[in-house]
Amino acid sequence: MSMELIKPGINIDFVGKMKYAMILSALLIVIGIGSVIYHGGFNLGIDFAGGSIIQVKFSKNVSADQIRAAFQSTELKNSAIQQFGANEFLIRTHHSFSDQKMLAVSVEQPLTTAFNKDYEIRRVEVVGAKVSSDFRSKAIIAVILSWLAILIYVSLRFEFRYAAGGILALVHDTLIVIGAVAFFNMEFTINILAALVFVIGFSINDTIVTLDRIREIVKRNPKQTLSDIINLAINETLSRTILTSLTVFLTLLALYIFGGAVIRDFAFALLIGTVAGTYSTIYIACTSVLLFEKLQPSKMMRKQ
Amino acid sequence: MFKSLKLRGAITLIVCLGSLYFLIPTFISNIPSPWNKYVFKEKIHLGLDLQGGMHLVLEIDTDKALETMMERTSNDLKESLMDNRVRFRNLEKTKGATISMELTDPEGKNALENVLREHYPDLEIESADPRENGYFVTLKFNEKRANELKKLTVEHSLETIRNRVDQFGISEPEIIPEGNNRILVQLPGIKDPERAKNLIGKTALLEFKLVDDENSLEEALRGNIPEGDIIAYGIRADRSTGERGSSPYLLKNKTLLTGASLETAKVQIADRFGDVTVGLKFNSQGADDFERITGENIRKRLAIVLDGVVHSAPVIQEKISGGQAQITGNFTMEEARDLAIVLRAGALPAPVNILEERTVGPSLGSDSIRQGVLATIIGSLLIFLFMIVYYRLSGAVADVALVIQILLILAILAAFRATLTLPGIAGMLLTVGVAVDANILIFERIREEMRTGKTARLSLDTGYDRALITIIDTHITGIISAIVLIFFGTGPIKGFAVTTIIGLLASLFTAIFITKVIFDYAMWNFNIKKISI
Repeated sequence: MSMELIKPGINIDFVGKMKYAMILSALLIVIGIGSVIYHGGFNLGIDFAGGSIIQVKFSKNVSADQIRAAFQSTELKNSAIQQFGANEFLIRTHHSFSDQKMLAVSVEQPLTTAFNKDYEIRRVEVVGAKVSSDFRSKAIIAVILSWLAILIYVSLRFEFRYAAGGILALVHDTLIVIGAVAFFNMEFTINILAALVFVIGFSINDTIVTLDRIREIVKRNPKQTLSDIINLAINETLSRTILTSLTVFLTLLALYIFGGAVIRDFAFALLIGTVAGTYSTIYIACTSVLLFEKLQPSKMMRKQ
Repeated sequence: MFKSLKLRGAITLIVCLGSLYFLIPTFISNIPSPWNKYVFKEKIHLGLDLQGGMHLVLEIDTDKALETMMERTSNDLKESLMDNRVRFRNLEKTKGATISMELTDPEGKNALENVLREHYPDLEIESADPRENGYFVTLKFNEKRANELKKLTVEHSLETIRNRVDQFGISEPEIIPEGNNRILVQLPGIKDPERAKNLIGKTALLEFKLVDDENSLEEALRGNIPEGDIIAYGIRADRSTGERGSSPYLLKNKTLLTGASLETAKVQIADRFGDVTVGLKFNSQGADDFERITGENIRKRLAIVLDGVVHSAPVIQEKISGGQAQITGNFTMEEARDLAIVLRAGALPAPVNILEERTVGPSLGSDSIRQGVLATIIGSLLIFLFMIVYYRLSGAVADVALVIQILLILAILAAFRATLTLPGIAGMLLTVGVAVDANILIFERIREEMRTGKTARLSLDTGYDRALITIIDTHITGIISAIVLIFFGTGPIKGFAVTTIIGLLASLFTAIFITKVIFDYAMWNFNIKKISI
């Protein structure tokens, strides 16, 4: 006997629950967009907004308020200070310290005055306005380009009605991840963008598996109604859809918990993307094949 | 694929041994003497986010270089026009690297055009408005020359920065041009980022100018600067209090000599106070010029100006031959050393702006390595366990393939000197997840085939066959999106993309090819009727 998470012969009526799925997706996307509006736009990291990040680790107990007090009369008095691990803080400001002396004057001197030498500057990132505006336009291009590239590939491999479903799922996943980042008011950084592009490439995976199966059953059994075929295909591949996502989910969870603060947001976005990708494979990609079919019946179906 | 199991087994073995070979230096730091000659020497190259270091994006202000060039040209042009008896007035360099002047002769325009054609092929007339008895003319560099000059400026800057970084002594720096006027500088393991930035970004334009003692400095400070003069400030340090203040000088604008005439520069401990100075030695042409200049200007003061700041202005006592001079100015040892470096490497042809800076301290880097490795080990172990529990012996086969995959990824990184970054470690772990996906696809398919009552061998082959195309699809889409990221990416993200691509390619090989070899080998040798799956 082999171990089975999903028993063979399982038969869940996914297509029948399509309506609820669409409501859920719409709801999630609306919440995401609402979060963006609520927070007054994206919380862009310095990569996209310009500015400076300074990561400081203290060798004694220090609170964010103490640090804020230390910066009271400097350029950094309006900076955001965020705990980033034990006695470790991120100081974020919209100033870009392009001037070489400014960092010493605005950061090191006040810190030394307040905390002696009990601190270490572990990371400094400064992004000027020119570079950040470059990154902004490149980011949008990167996302659209990866959508297009995947669309082209999937269209080559499948009929358009399948490809369209796959792409719809991709756009859906992208929106969910962006929405989640906005909902938790996380910073939108280059790392998040990389996660997004990876989700685009990865979440199409289970979709391809299931679409392949739909096509296989259509060939094998052209008499069946399309909604039955889709249900059958999803059920037959359900076990692998869930298992494969589970393994990637496990690796990401390890990354999220043990990978350290620098990579945590990245892992989080990927986790959301993986869950969204699995869900959208079942409910968005496959069921939308049905939707496109109603709009424009394929040649194969018309022959019957 | 290949039918012969022996051949496939041999390929698997070669890949495994090859991977280990490339990883020897990464895992064993001290290889005993006779052996270290024969093995691969490169460790895996770590990104700045893992080993600590500094990443800078510099922008060369090429427009400024054009301005400087035009300034020089305008001085030459004045003389040429006078030599050719072209009557003009108010010739000056104007904004946007142009020259404007009034020609006070109706025939002046033709005369000017002749001079330009003969001596200044790089200049062209931008506009010429007729005036009473003449023209108002503006000149500019022609498009081709302007672009050429900009390009040369960037090349020259690149060369200069390379020289400076080399002399500063940083191992494995990366200095590469980016776009039209940007330079990317990566300095691994740098200890003092401020100092490095200073060293790279300093223009280091050294000029010798005469002090104008005939006109009144006070008058000039009130705003009446005599024609051909400029005001520059010097830093003066009080020896007893150590306080630094600035004091103004009235200088003749004409530069007599620049740092371009230097042969070398080095740190010297100068006097009984133990003051540090930078000793200059001119090249032979520079030494001759220096001798002539000092000979012609005895009893006058000669200011040594660095990037617009007067460092000292000693009185010339006598003609100085031998081509030696000194810059004093209360340097610390480090400042003097860095100044000597930048003077030796030469001045930057244009100012540079720092557009982007990312500095990671070595302690954060080693923390990141530790956490990245921990996450990789735990993540991999979770998957190993899952596969064995869920698919038993077949799961163990997949696990063997996973270990080989990780080794293969690291070996390819080492062999091609690709850079491993923190997101890269994440990417590696992700591709491990994707590789297991491939095995799950195959195994699920095999289970399905077995349920239909096929024999073990047939189920195995059909399972692989059917899953293959799907697996290739999923890998290709992953590779496509990683390629998009390579075009987009900066350092760490590029590292993620590269590692992901390597990981996916490795996964195709290990998850499909190697696992099949192991299964076939087992089938062949143990005559298996039922697969443990």
